[in-house]
Amino acid sequence: MEALVLSFFQWFWNLFGLWDTLWAIVEPFWTLIWIVMRIVVILIPLLLGVAYLTFWERKIIGWMQVRIGPNRVGPWGLLQPIADGVKLFLKEIVIPTKADGGLFILAPILAIAPALAVWAVVPFFDGGMLANLDAGVLYLLAVTSVGVYGIIIAGWASNSKYPFLGAMRSAAQMVSYEVSMGMALIAVLMISNSLNLSDIVRAQDHGRFADMGLGVLSWNWIPLFPMFFVYLVSGVAETNRAPFDVVEGESEIVAGHMVEYSGMAFAMFFLAEYANMILVSAMVAIFFLGGWLSPVGFLPHGILWLLGKIAVVLFVFLWLRATFPRYRYDQIMRLGWKVFVPLCLVWIPLIGVWMMSPFNIWK
Amino acid sequence: MDFTTIVFYVFAALAIFAAVRVVTARNPVHAVLYLVLAFFNVAGLWLLLQAEFLAMALIMVYVGAVMVLFLFVVMMLDINIERVRSGFWNYLPLGATIGLLMVAEMAMVLSGKYFGLEALPGHAMAPDYSNTKELGRLLFTDYVYPFELASVVLLVGIVAAVMLTLRHRKDVKHLNPARQIAVKAADRLRIVKMASEKEQGE
Repeated sequence: MEALVLSFFQWFWNLFGLWDTLWAIVEPFWTLIWIVMRIVVILIPLLLGVAYLTFWERKIIGWMQVRIGPNRVGPWGLLQPIADGVKLFLKEIVIPTKADGGLFILAPILAIAPALAVWAVVPFFDGGMLANLDAGVLYLLAVTSVGVYGIIIAGWASNSKYPFLGAMRSAAQMVSYEVSMGMALIAVLMISNSLNLSDIVRAQDHGRFADMGLGVLSWNWIPLFPMFFVYLVSGVAETNRAPFDVVEGESEIVAGHMVEYSGMAFAMFFLAEYANMILVSAMVAIFFLGGWLSPVGFLPHGILWLLGKIAVVLFVFLWLRATFPRYRYDQIMRLGWKVFVPLCLVWIPLIGVWMMSPFNIWK
Repeated sequence: MDFTTIVFYVFAALAIFAAVRVVTARNPVHAVLYLVLAFFNVAGLWLLLQAEFLAMALIMVYVGAVMVLFLFVVMMLDINIERVRSGFWNYLPLGATIGLLMVAEMAMVLSGKYFGLEALPGHAMAPDYSNTKELGRLLFTDYVYPFELASVVLLVGIVAAVMLTLRHRKDVKHLNPARQIAVKAADRLRIVKMASEKEQGE
């Protein structure tokens, strides 16, 4: 890939006869430039995806509630997210007098930075990722666990009651559901025998059904169905989405940690939430739904499968939001600690026994 | 000076700056956040030493969980910074002694050849060497008893913490989630069929 891009640049600048002089300047920094180019190639579609996810969400919820949804800006309302973005961009960021100024600005940055940084290890196709880390899953868990700081600091720095209540709720909720998410992943790591995300996807390409050309039945979601369910639901809770959105429950604490934020600072929290949604969907697709693998033998593997799976899981997120009423706070805590954690604790030894028995299907 | 050395000095300088600010910051919340920054930089240093498991575990456990709860508590408390500082001169001799001891220990480790300690040999690792896998293998083979012992100690700690804070109050309106979930619509609502009534006066 790198050689291809280089030869394209060489061809392009040779049209003007500038390649040799340019390359002499650029060569020492080429590695850096190449990394930055790949980051841009990942982030721009991601941010566009975030923008259109908001549009898609409003449309889908509209249809589910027998409404039309946004349809005024551009054809079929397709320019709505652009209009929203411009509006937020032009608004003033109001910093409350009694707020802690530095932390107030830092909070949205801390919210969005981990949400984007995690994408470094996501494999889009075989060999297609920014960093092929052997400890990819650890990196994923470590960076996503930092995301909660944005919300807590926002709640505290606003120096206001509702944001603080929202921050307290989110701290407890996100730490709790991280536990069940991590435990659900332990089962996946056991049967994949690797912490590398690409290896986890490749491990799902083996098995009786994959050899018969029905890869979809060899993916982790069938043998690990309880873990798949735990991970998906914990993912919804971890991103503070409905029905677990007590952090920003409108009817209780207005908008939680975001009450005092306006303009771009608010937009950053919004972007972080939707980027996290796409991330959790990508993780569900990679850990349980075979990543870039094709469900049937006669179609080639590729990035389109991954994108399709992400879209399906995202649809489930939106579907949940349109369907379920909000959980009560103590019910959320109970579900995390008293249902999911014991379920994982039972399923992990079970998988261990299964792997040691003659019926092991992951050899 | 190669790139790795520059990165090392950046991480080291930031870690020391953050550590100093932890003790000098006037606002306890700021102090906690500086501690988080210090953890991040130390994790970066460990990454440079190719100890990726320790680095990630530090961020996951300390930054992602322990410090969040710490911040949670510090934000709730109304700490009077003047009162905390009042004992400064009383505690100074003890603090200084401990500090000096730590400096002496660090000096002995860092200048090992003068004190008869062998410097740790550097290992050249194979490209596919996995720190995590190696650590896991050692923990569950050679060091399995100490490891399990440590986990039992932690378990005792958890149970003790729960027992210390568990209070049974009589006046709490306790909810039974199982009963709440098991409730059917018919338990709460009775639909009565009745003939429609004529309005008066028609």
